[in-house]
Amino acid sequence: MGLIQRVGEWFDLRLQLGAPLRETAEHPVPRETASWFYVFGSAALTCFMLQIVTGILLALIYVPSAGEAWNSLQTLNHDISLGWFIRALHGWGSNFMVAIVLIHMVQVFLFGAYKFPRELTWIVGVFLLLVTLGMAFTGQIMRFDQDAYWGLGIGASIASRVPVVGPWAVSLMLGGPIIAGAALSRFFALHVFVVPGLLIAFVGVHLLMVLKLGINEWPMPGRVVRRATYMQEYRELTHKQGIPFAPNAVGKDILFSGFILLAIVACAIHFGPFGPGGKPDPTIIQTAPRPDFFFLWLYALLSLLPPSAETPILLIGPAVGIIVLLALPFVAGEGEKSWKRRPIAVLTILLIAVALGTMTHLGQHTPWSPVMNAWSSEPIPSQYVHGRTALERRGALIFQAKQCHNCHSLDDRGGQRGPALDSVALRLTEDQLIRQVIQGGGNMPAYGKNLSPAETTALVAFLKTLRPANQAPARDASRAVALGTGESVARP
Amino acid sequence: MSSQNGVSRRAMMVKLGLLFNGIVGTFLAVPIVRYLLSPVTREKKSAYESWLSLGALEKFPAGQTRLATYRNPVVNSWDGETGDIACWVRNVDDQDFQIFAINCAHLGCPVRWFPQSNLFMCPCHGGAYYQDGSRASGPPERGLFQYPYKIEQGTLLIKAGEMPTPGRAANTTHGGTTWA
Repeated sequence: MGLIQRVGEWFDLRLQLGAPLRETAEHPVPRETASWFYVFGSAALTCFMLQIVTGILLALIYVPSAGEAWNSLQTLNHDISLGWFIRALHGWGSNFMVAIVLIHMVQVFLFGAYKFPRELTWIVGVFLLLVTLGMAFTGQIMRFDQDAYWGLGIGASIASRVPVVGPWAVSLMLGGPIIAGAALSRFFALHVFVVPGLLIAFVGVHLLMVLKLGINEWPMPGRVVRRATYMQEYRELTHKQGIPFAPNAVGKDILFSGFILLAIVACAIHFGPFGPGGKPDPTIIQTAPRPDFFFLWLYALLSLLPPSAETPILLIGPAVGIIVLLALPFVAGEGEKSWKRRPIAVLTILLIAVALGTMTHLGQHTPWSPVMNAWSSEPIPSQYVHGRTALERRGALIFQAKQCHNCHSLDDRGGQRGPALDSVALRLTEDQLIRQVIQGGGNMPAYGKNLSPAETTALVAFLKTLRPANQAPARDASRAVALGTGESVARP
Repeated sequence: MSSQNGVSRRAMMVKLGLLFNGIVGTFLAVPIVRYLLSPVTREKKSAYESWLSLGALEKFPAGQTRLATYRNPVVNSWDGETGDIACWVRNVDDQDFQIFAINCAHLGCPVRWFPQSNLFMCPCHGGAYYQDGSRASGPPERGLFQYPYKIEQGTLLIKAGEMPTPGRAANTTHGGTTWA
C-alpha cells in the first residue's frame, strides 16, 4: 500500500467524505448531456473562482480611499511586479464571466431547462445574473477614475428619480452629500463582502439543485414535459440509458474551462489591464464618461429615450424585466423543451440579441453626443470652400467658430448629433435655413441670440452651397404660386 | 419526573431561548439600522450646505462665464481631490450673477461652456443649455441647477455642499429656469 493511499485513508476515516464525493461525481446523467452545449455553467464557476483569487491578490495592494485609490492602481500597474497582469486578469475575467453567464442563460432558456421541476434553479440563476452584473458595476467603481466618479453621479441621478424616497436613496448610496470617500468605501464593501457573499450562497444553492434534480436532459421535439410523468421519464433517461457524470461528461467541462482560462490569460497579456483613466478629480471637466462594455447598451438607451418617458422606463423597466424572468417557469412550466418547437422563444432571443447588440454598438460610437472638439480639430472639407464667394467662405468660418461642426458632420467628419449637412440645401430653402438657425427646434438650440444678422446671412449663404453640383436646390413651391409665375406646376 | 414533563420543559426552553434571542436581536438591530441610515438622518451633521467663497469678483468679468472651484464644506481627510467641486459662474452685468452646478440636469455629467456659441454642452448624452442655464436641447428635462449666491466685500459667496440631482434639487434651484 502506497504512502499516498495510506495518508488518504487516514483522512477519510476521519472526514468520511470519500464515498459521498465519489457518488456525487459518478451520478448518472442522460447520455446526450455529455455535450459541448453543457459546459457554460462550469465555465462561469471557473471564472468566478479566478475572480476570487485575483480579487484577493489585488486587495493586498489596493487602497479603498477616494484620495488614494487611483494612486494605488498606478502602483499596481507600474511598481509591483506583474501587478498589471493581476489587474488585467481580474478585468478580463470579469468580462468573460458576464459573457459566459449570459451564454449559459441563453442555452438553458433555449433548452427549456427552466421547466418543471427546475423552476427554482432558474430563479436562483436569475439572481445569479443580477449579482454578477452587480459585481461588474461595483467593480467598475473600484477602478476609481473619472469614469467611475461620473458613473456614480449617473447612478445617483437615476436613484434620485425614484418617487418619494429618491433623495434618501441618493444619500444612502453616496454615504454623504457628494461623491467622495464614503461612496467608494461602501461600494468597496459591496464589491468584496456583500455581493460575493450572495454570489457564493446562490452558486451553492444552484449547484445543489442541479445535483438533486439532475441536469436538464437534451430536449427532443415531441418529448413534452408533464408534471405528472416527468420525474419517472427522467429517471429512465438517467438510470436506464444514462452514463456516470465522471468521467464521461466532466471531460468537456474541464477542457472548456481550461480553454476559457487560457483565453482570459491571452487577453490579459495582449490587451493589458483596464485603465485607470483620468484622475477622479471633479474639477477636470474635459472628460466624456462612459461605462464598461456590458453597460454600454444602457448608456445608449439613456440617450435615445424621449425625455418624458425616461424616468418611468428607467424605474419600471428593470422591475418588469426581472418579473418576466422570474415568472417564466411558472407561465411555461410544462410543454415542449426543444427550441425546434418554440419559435417565439428563439425569436425573443434573436430580438434581444439584436437590440442589445445595436445599442452596444451605438454606445461605442455615441452619435448623440456632440464631438466636443470638432469645431477646432475637423476642418471644413476643401471642396466645400473651393471656388466660393467671400460671403460663403465667411459663413464657413462661422460654421466652425460657432461649433456647428460639433453636432453636424460634413463629409462624414464631425458630430452626428444633428443631421449631416452635405446636402442640406436640397432639403431646406433659404427661408427655412434662416428659421432653423435662429429659432432652432427639433433638438437644435436656437442661435438667434448668438448670431448677428450679418453672421446669420453669411452662415446661410454657406449652407445654401451644400448640395451636389448636379441637383437643384430646394425651392418654395407655394411662393411661386403666390407670385403667379406658374413655376410651381409639377412637371412630369 | 416523567419523560413527558422533560420533553415539554425542553421544548419550553427552546421557545424561551428563541424569544430571548429575538429580544436581544431587536435591541441590536436598532443601533445597526441607525448606523446604516446615518447618511439619511444626518444626526452628527448640522447641515451639508453652507456659504462658501468662490474668490474675488475680479475673477469673473461682466458678460462672461468662467469655471470656478471650491472645497466642499463637508469632507473627510481621505476624500482627496473628490472634495474639490467645480461650478460655472456667469456674471450677467456685474449686478446679477448665475452660479450653475457643473452637473448636467439629466444624469449629472460635467457640462462644458462654449463661449463662441454661448452654449453649455454635455459630453454624455448630448444635453445642451443656453447661457442662462435654460434647456436648449437633448434629454435633460429642465435647465441647469443653480446655487444661491451673495456678494460680500467684493467676494462672491455661494451656498453649496450637496451634489444636485434631478430628484433633490430643492436647495439648488434658486432662480432656476425649469423646463416643462
